[in-house]
Amino acid sequence: MIKEKENTEPAKKSKKQDPIIVIKDLHKTFGKDNKVLQGVSLTVNKGEDLVILGRSGSGKSVTIKCIVGLIEPDKGEIKVFDENVLNLSKPELNVIRVRIGFLFQSGALYDSMSVRENLAFTLKKHKRDLTPEEVESEVMEALDNVGLSDAIDKMPSELSGGMQKRIGLARTLILKPEIILYDEPTTGLDTITSREISELILDIKHKRKTTSIIITHDMACAKLTADRIMVLKDGVIHAEGTYEELEKDEDEWVRSFFQ
Amino acid sequence: MILTLKNTFAEIGNATVFAKQFFKEVFVPPYETKEFLKQCYVIGYKSLPLVAITGFIMGLVLTLQSRPTLVKFGAESWLPGMVALSLIREIAPVITALICAGKISSGIGAELGSMKVTEQIDAMEVSAINPYNYLVVTRILACTLMVPILVFFADAVGIIGGYVGINIHGDVNFYRYLTQILQSLEFLDIIPATVKTFFFGFFIGMIGCYKGFNASNGTESVGKAANSAVVTASLTIFIIDMVAVQITDLFF
Repeated sequence: MIKEKENTEPAKKSKKQDPIIVIKDLHKTFGKDNKVLQGVSLTVNKGEDLVILGRSGSGKSVTIKCIVGLIEPDKGEIKVFDENVLNLSKPELNVIRVRIGFLFQSGALYDSMSVRENLAFTLKKHKRDLTPEEVESEVMEALDNVGLSDAIDKMPSELSGGMQKRIGLARTLILKPEIILYDEPTTGLDTITSREISELILDIKHKRKTTSIIITHDMACAKLTADRIMVLKDGVIHAEGTYEELEKDEDEWVRSFFQ
Repeated sequence: MILTLKNTFAEIGNATVFAKQFFKEVFVPPYETKEFLKQCYVIGYKSLPLVAITGFIMGLVLTLQSRPTLVKFGAESWLPGMVALSLIREIAPVITALICAGKISSGIGAELGSMKVTEQIDAMEVSAINPYNYLVVTRILACTLMVPILVFFADAVGIIGGYVGINIHGDVNFYRYLTQILQSLEFLDIIPATVKTFFFGFFIGMIGCYKGFNASNGTESVGKAANSAVVTASLTIFIIDMVAVQITDLFF
C-alpha cells in the first residue's frame, strides 16, 4: 500500500508492464478554491482493469474526464498511447478518442434516436464507407455482446436503467475501443442488474482484451472486476493495492470502503 | 448593478465567440445534410400552422383597425396598399420572428440544454463527433433559411386576412385588391424587410443554441435555458429591427 503517493509504481500483479495510460501530478480546481485534484498520479498497464474508489466529490469522474479531454486540468501530464493528450490539437485528440470508449453514469443515450440509431450514428460518423447492411450487422453484433438484440427498435425512454447502461456500453463497444472508461457503471441499479453489468465488464475484458478504468462505489463490482484498486482522498491517490490487500489495510478509512 | 452589467458584457462576449465558431465550422466538412434537412422540416414546416393563424389574424385585425381612420379621411381605397406595406415592411417580419423566438429558440434551448445536462453532448464529444457541427451549425443554418420563408408565408396569409377584413364591410374583388397592393408596393419595400429576416433567423437559432449548449448541470437549468433563450431572442429581434430601420432610412 502507498500513502499520499506522488508517482504510482506499476501494479504488482500485472503480468506485463506496458503502461497505456500514465497520469502525472494532475491538478484541477473549480471556481476559486474548490481544489478537486491536487496531484493525482497513476499508471494503467495494457490489459489491466483499474478500479478507482473514493467518496463523492473526491475527483474520480474528473480524473477520467481529463483523460478524454472533456475537462482541461490546470496542471499535470496525461499520456495515453504514449501521446500527451493535453498537447494535442482537436483532430489529433479525436484520433485518440476513437480508441477510447467512455461509459457515462447515466448511459447518455441520444434520446431523440432509437437504440439502432444510437449505435449506427456513432458508427456512420467514423466509417462513412460502410453499406447499410454492414452498419446493421455491426449494430446487431454490438447488441448481441450486451444481450439486448431484441431492444433494437426501442427508444431510450422505453428502457430500464440497466438496459440503458447496457446499450450505452454497446454504443461504446461498436467502435472497438482499446481502452474503456466506466463512470459508475452500476450506480442506481439493483443488486442483480449490478452483478450482470459487472460480469459484462469482465466478459468484455476477456473477449476484447481491453484496458479499463472503472469508477465505482459498488464494492461487489470492484471485487469482481479489479486487477488493482486505487483510493482517492483529498485530491490525491491515498492508497493502492489489490482488493484483498486493501480489505486488510491498516488505515481504517480505507478499510471502511470494504465493510 | 455593476455586477449585472459585467455579467451582461461577459455574456455578450461569450455569445460572440460562440457565433464566431459557427462561421468557422459552417464551411468545413463533414456537412450534416440529413440533420440540416430534418431541422428545416422541424423549424419550417412544423411552424407553418402557427405562422398561418397569426399571419391571417394580423392582416384581418390591421385592416379592421385602420379602416375607420381611413374612412374619416375619405381614403378607404388606400386600405389594401397600406395594409400590405405595413405587413411586408414591419409587422409580418417582427411578429413572425417573435413567434419563432417563442417556439423555435425555446425549443432549441430546451433540447440542447437537456442534452447537455444528461451528458449526451459529452457523449458525442468523447466519440470524436463534433457536437457543434452536428447540433449547432445545422440548427442555426436551418433557422437562418426557414425564418425568411416563414415571413414570406406570413406576408401572403396576412394579405389574404386583409382581404377578408375589407370584405366584412364592403365588397372588393380579389383581383382588384391584389392589383392595388402591387401598385403600392415597390421593390425597395421588400428587399430591406427580407434581408433583416435572415438576421432574425440567425439570431433566433444562435441564441437558442448558445443558451442550450451552455446550460449548467441540473434539470432546473434546462427551463432556465429555454426561458432565457426566448427573452434574449425577442429582445435581440427588436434591436435588430431598430438598427435595420435606421439603415434603411439612411440609404433608401
